[in-house]
Amino acid sequence: MDMAAQMECVNAKYVSQKISKTRWRPVSAASLQQPEVFSTGSWDNENNKVCVWGVGEPAGFTMEDELEGDPQLLCECEHAGDVLDLQFLDQDRLVTASSTGAVTVYKLHPDNQTLSVAHVWDRAHRYQSANAPCTGVACNSPELISVGEDGRVILYKADQRGIVRAIENADNSTIHGVTFLRTTEVLTVNSIGQLKLWDFRKQGSDPAQILALTGDRVPLHCVDRHPNQQHIVATGGQDGMLCIWDVRQGNMPFSIMEAHSAEMWEVRFHPTNPDHLFTCSEDGSLLHWETSSGSDTPLFLQGRNSSMMSRSATAPAGGNQSLISAWLNGDSSKGKLETTHMLPSQTLSVNSLDVLGQCLVCGTDGEAVYVHRRVHV
Amino acid sequence: MEELDVEPTTTLIPGAGLKQKHLGFEWGPGDLLMYETNFKLQGPSTGGSDRPSIFWLRRDEDIYSPILRKLFNESHHIFVGLQNIKDDVPSKNKKAQFVSISKNYRSVIRACMEELQQVAVSTTDTQYSNQVSILLAIELIWNLCEVLFIDAAPAGSLLLHLLDWVRLHKADVDEKAREVLQSESPARHHAYWDVVISFVLQGRMDEARQVLQKQASLQPASRATYQLMDSLLHKMPVFNPGSTQTLTEFDMKWRHWHEECDRCLQDNSFASNRQLETICKVLVGDEDALLEQKELLGTWYHLLISRLLFSHPTVKPAELHYYAQSSMDMFLESHSVPEPLDSILLAAFEFDLHQVIKDCSIALNNWWFVAHLTDLLDHCKLLQSHNLHFGSNLREFLVLEYASGLFSHHSLWQLAVDYFDHCPEFGRVYLELQIERVPLETERKALKVLRICEQRQMNEQVRSICKIMAKRALSNNRLGSALSWSIRAKDAAFATLISERFLQDYCTRGSFSDLDLIDNLGPAMLLSDRLTFLGKYREFHRLYEDKKFTEAAKLLLSLMTAKIAPRSFWMTLLIDALPLLEQKEVIFSVDQTHELMFCLEELTSNNNELKSEHRAQDDDDDVESTKLELLRLALARNLAMAIVKEGTVEA
Repeated sequence: MDMAAQMECVNAKYVSQKISKTRWRPVSAASLQQPEVFSTGSWDNENNKVCVWGVGEPAGFTMEDELEGDPQLLCECEHAGDVLDLQFLDQDRLVTASSTGAVTVYKLHPDNQTLSVAHVWDRAHRYQSANAPCTGVACNSPELISVGEDGRVILYKADQRGIVRAIENADNSTIHGVTFLRTTEVLTVNSIGQLKLWDFRKQGSDPAQILALTGDRVPLHCVDRHPNQQHIVATGGQDGMLCIWDVRQGNMPFSIMEAHSAEMWEVRFHPTNPDHLFTCSEDGSLLHWETSSGSDTPLFLQGRNSSMMSRSATAPAGGNQSLISAWLNGDSSKGKLETTHMLPSQTLSVNSLDVLGQCLVCGTDGEAVYVHRRVHV
Repeated sequence: MEELDVEPTTTLIPGAGLKQKHLGFEWGPGDLLMYETNFKLQGPSTGGSDRPSIFWLRRDEDIYSPILRKLFNESHHIFVGLQNIKDDVPSKNKKAQFVSISKNYRSVIRACMEELQQVAVSTTDTQYSNQVSILLAIELIWNLCEVLFIDAAPAGSLLLHLLDWVRLHKADVDEKAREVLQSESPARHHAYWDVVISFVLQGRMDEARQVLQKQASLQPASRATYQLMDSLLHKMPVFNPGSTQTLTEFDMKWRHWHEECDRCLQDNSFASNRQLETICKVLVGDEDALLEQKELLGTWYHLLISRLLFSHPTVKPAELHYYAQSSMDMFLESHSVPEPLDSILLAAFEFDLHQVIKDCSIALNNWWFVAHLTDLLDHCKLLQSHNLHFGSNLREFLVLEYASGLFSHHSLWQLAVDYFDHCPEFGRVYLELQIERVPLETERKALKVLRICEQRQMNEQVRSICKIMAKRALSNNRLGSALSWSIRAKDAAFATLISERFLQDYCTRGSFSDLDLIDNLGPAMLLSDRLTFLGKYREFHRLYEDKKFTEAAKLLLSLMTAKIAPRSFWMTLLIDALPLLEQKEVIFSVDQTHELMFCLEELTSNNNELKSEHRAQDDDDDVESTKLELLRLALARNLAMAIVKEGTVEA
């Protein structure tokens, strides 16, 4: 689909706060509904907030066509410090990571009209004498994990006051992001370009595995796991490169792709159609990546031999793809990877994105939230 | 001292200047700091028994309005787009682009105004309604400038644009019309004739005819009179810039129509109906009749446009100022003083751009408007010749003022960067001075600030930001982070300092912390000698752990002989050599053992010199001498074994 047509469905709303994180509220797996509620976190304000927005039509009120999907504020709650990460634990609880080092669980009441603090782990991340910013949280209800600039990895259970386990000095560098790989395994990325795998069944403070880019120690800022094939992981770095890793084999990325011209702040596989991937960056762009394992329109990612490729380059592909992910398909006959810009030209950083069903939401330092309700996946 | 344009306004600061204290002040980029001094006219100072207060004054309060923030963010986007218009676009296309950009700016103002209006209705706080009226004025001025300067419409089209302008800003007619038409009996509504005449005054003849129809159908007796008026209104010629009709042809046609109206008035065609007669007098441009409608006109500039419509529809831009001045004189009571808005609009009609900008700067409480308008006018090449005796030029001066205000805001500072980028003369200096002062609460924010600096090759600032972060990490005992930051800053001195800390930690704990980083230093190792040593020393440990003893021994020796290791660390290195010397097989060759011995002697002879100066404690001496004995013994034994081994091989 061409760029202009994609951009037509984008709805921009200025919200008077720089947005650090945007997340869709999960919809129940059984229903085929599109998501209608999302949450945002702000940063760098005197008073930061967590807000919940609705994009569905309110009952008894017919909107004009052009206003369709204009996000309406449902409720908000103060947040101490910058919101550095935000995740839904389940349909009615969300978790934030704060620059004050706190991890907070918010409860979203069923009518979507009130948001309140359910529990705070104050100073979860800290130095000896000062607070350390908490940079990321990952949820796998009821468990959650937080990471921070202090290099600690902390495991909690949402309904327990104390912490379950803390790995002190898990990293000498700042941990920028975290995601669950499996129930007992998490992945972290740090500021010296390493991807570390932690197994909570093991004691001690050593990671089960360390994967790294060779040489340059380019910081990694974000990580996401393939929803179906859990060994496939995507990361984004300070130089804007997108890396695809296979954690089962090798300690180096499977492929590296030039994506953005500045820090990549978030990378997301589409949760139900993982041949699609989305990235956003400090350079103000949001990219939609599409690869395919179908034989009619094969769009493959090239393998590990050539470590660099530019966007929409054509790579040799072929073979039997039925079992192998398109993202890792190294030796297939022919195919290509297509990327599309999803936002109109824009100068300020796109800090966060989330995609669910056909809906995508992202937030920027230009104090705008963009909602796209017809993403072609 | 220059003459003042206006008397400066007095701002009362609550609590300041009590007890006859003298005040001092310091200008900030968007604010002012005031403080009470200890200065006394007579007698000694009381010694500061009461603490002096400091007051922080914000100059541009609008920046803190949450709704206006949308205006700042959206217009930032338009501003950046405008700066990127290429010079090589043909000037004809350019004009269309500029007009469309001007319209974009105005639509942002309107959107903001509508939101403020909604809030203003639901609150008693007057600040919102004040902001609405300011935005209304801003949009009014901007729109007029767009018509006169940016679009620069020629005679004929000019009036059409001015009519649009007045219609847009006198929209209460539509509201009133809706009220009348939705009432039970519109023709009997008390505002019925007001609506008809208002439509006529704005040149909206079709709408006036529609409303008039209601009355006509009620009065079959005066049907002919209504029909006559309907036909006059219907026939009024309107210039069509798209057609082949020339301005002269239009003028001719218009004069015919005008004469026809005049004839109707002369032969008393409307004598039976006072309102219709009034309308007819308006149509012929009767000034008294127009002035009678002062209430409906509301402003002198509406009077001006209505006068032009009915008397001078082919007015040329250069003639505007004459009609503008006279309309203002006619409209305003002789004793009333024109408001600032009146003078600004008049200056615009006089095509005095600099007066417009100057008056706006004085009258409005924010820099947003003048900065963006001046920038746009400058792109249209309308401000070329004007240079200021301070700063660079008018455009840059105003953009810098606006951007500095933004930069003083805790969150909007990011927007200011692009404005500074487009100030060729002083923008960079401003940015350099301000960016270093952005508080860095998190690494993520630091990375964003760094990105801004790195993109602009601001090496000094990059270094300083990294240093701040490195120092903070160091004080929090995060050596790894601290080292990463100083490597990024290419700060050799600080890298040396941190390497020392690593080595100290090793000496006290016997193991390295932060192996991840040290093991992966790569070429960054060469940043400082001490860092190189740290990396190499760690490499020695790794070789030793991997049981690559020969390589480990070689590396260890070279660290001393190549003077990579600091002298203070040699003893540690020699002790590290002990287990290698004690291995069953010979690792250090004869030559290497000699070199080791030489190092040891060099170290001890120096130490003895030092010791004669400072008497160290006896306990330490004991430990030291035991170490020395052990080393000497091990070296001697190794030498013997090596000689035997090498001799055996040769034989």
